[in-house]
Amino acid sequence: MKARWTSARIARETLFYLLLTAFGLVMFLPFEWALSTSFQPDKDIFTIPLHWFPAHFTFAHYVKAFTTAPFGRYFLNSFILAISGVATNLFFGSLAGYAFARMVFRGRQAMFRILLTSMMVPGVVTLIPTFIIIRSFPLMGGNNLFGQGGFGLLNTYWAVILPGAAGAFAVFMMRQFFMTLPTDLGEAAKIDGCGEFRIFWNIYLPLCKPALATLGVFTFQAGWNSFLWPLIVFTNGQLATVQMGLQAFSYNHNTDFGPLMAASIVVMLPLVLIFIYAQKYMTQGIAFSGTK
Amino acid sequence: MVKPSRSEVLTVPRERTMQASRLNAHESRMAYLFVSPAMLLFFIFALLPAVAALVLSFTNYDILNPPQWTGLVNYARILQDQVFQQTLGNILYYVVLYIPFMITLSLLVALALNRKMPGMKFFRTIYYLPVISSPVAASTVWMWLFNQNYGVINQILGLFGINGPNWLFDVNSAMVAIVIVTIWQGLGGNMIIYLAGLQGIPEYLYEAATLDGANKWQMFRYIIWPSLRTTTFFVTTTSFIGAFQLFDQAYVMTQGGPGNSTLTPVYNIYNNGFEQLQMGYASAQAFTLFVIIIIVSMINLRVNREQNLV
Repeated sequence: MKARWTSARIARETLFYLLLTAFGLVMFLPFEWALSTSFQPDKDIFTIPLHWFPAHFTFAHYVKAFTTAPFGRYFLNSFILAISGVATNLFFGSLAGYAFARMVFRGRQAMFRILLTSMMVPGVVTLIPTFIIIRSFPLMGGNNLFGQGGFGLLNTYWAVILPGAAGAFAVFMMRQFFMTLPTDLGEAAKIDGCGEFRIFWNIYLPLCKPALATLGVFTFQAGWNSFLWPLIVFTNGQLATVQMGLQAFSYNHNTDFGPLMAASIVVMLPLVLIFIYAQKYMTQGIAFSGTK
Repeated sequence: MVKPSRSEVLTVPRERTMQASRLNAHESRMAYLFVSPAMLLFFIFALLPAVAALVLSFTNYDILNPPQWTGLVNYARILQDQVFQQTLGNILYYVVLYIPFMITLSLLVALALNRKMPGMKFFRTIYYLPVISSPVAASTVWMWLFNQNYGVINQILGLFGINGPNWLFDVNSAMVAIVIVTIWQGLGGNMIIYLAGLQGIPEYLYEAATLDGANKWQMFRYIIWPSLRTTTFFVTTTSFIGAFQLFDQAYVMTQGGPGNSTLTPVYNIYNNGFEQLQMGYASAQAFTLFVIIIIVSMINLRVNREQNLV
């Protein structure tokens, strides 16, 4: 339905873009400040009137940020953790989400309710019990069958990967999306003798690309930005994540703004690239071929 | 007007239970297989710690020594704890400001950026950027933006002749500032969930509505909004849960001040548990908050008329 470009429409579309731009500037404002801070010498950072663009341009903060800490290693660690989180959450989350949305089994309602309810328990109080579970994981890290004697999964990637491998959030989100899809596709396939896993894998999952892309971006980012939990379970500096690296720039309420902003911007870049890449799938319309 | 019938949009195949019971026995075995990895991990790393925390809430536990059973003492203390009650008031105020703005704005932005127009990808990326930033770094930047004399915000307000408040140090504006920062940071996430939801609406519904001569508002009211029900339920539920657990921004920007006006329940729990090492009392506070979140979620469920779906 291509409407003609009447002058009223041109005015309307111009207003549309003006609003988007104005709102976009507000959203971008803090990044503008961070960017210009990262490129100007310390003496120029806090001045009145403030500089929207650096008056004296310098890369010194970037050099300082990446020579004071082994960021290469931090990047590798964060990548491993974030990628594992994405793979496990997408697979287990959509598998369980599909079952909750589309399959009939005893206890479905009860299990889903417990899952949903667990999201409401404030995370701070489960930190200690989860730490104890990780430390006393049976037969790992020198532990015996009863989880005694060693360090369990502490100081291994598993300590971060396992607790985040299939979040209630992922299951809940995938379930809600599977529920919006028409049921007749699967029923037709079932009549043709298609097995449950193939109906899930070949018919419904491809229709969920927008949801999978969205969940993938969320879980990657959650892994990338996680700070407190890795700090608790990784005492070995070799496993430190990028967020733990950023923390090095503020000590005792005294923040080294230039290097902090420079490092924060570089740390954000992978997330920006992943979002731009995933966008292709996020807004991919779903063609319901074969249904009415 | 074409209104998607329930069966088209959200039926759960429960009506079939009576027929073909052999097939269903197979289906339910497969279903257990499908949910077991997620449920197993969930049991070990979510349910077990939650139950452990619930048990701790009836004890006196300082992390260093074994917990001692004290019964309901911690819960009795909550009834006397004026600071904690104040934090509950603060968070209710925050939620009432945050949720309506958040849901309306994210849906509006998603509808706008779902249009097939040039430049939409660019705007989506800009609107999503805040979600990507780390809460601690972003809050640090906002502290400077909110600065009374040096801050960008008051300088911009000044251009319009408005004398901006001392945002983070004024009892009346500190929580508003936190609402602004958290909406800024959360909007993009809900926007892309809504965008994904919008992709799930079958094209034929739009086409049928167009044939029936529906205008833009009718299209939204009778096609888009009903089709987004499961998405809206997801967005409101997760937003409520997140909002009630506000911590990072308050911790970095205001440390709960001025005069406890931005002290949140989770902040108070963090103080009691990890600063004062009163893990038992902190757990009791957490479960009190948990019950409040459940009640709000149940109301939300009713509002979304989802009880047959959960």
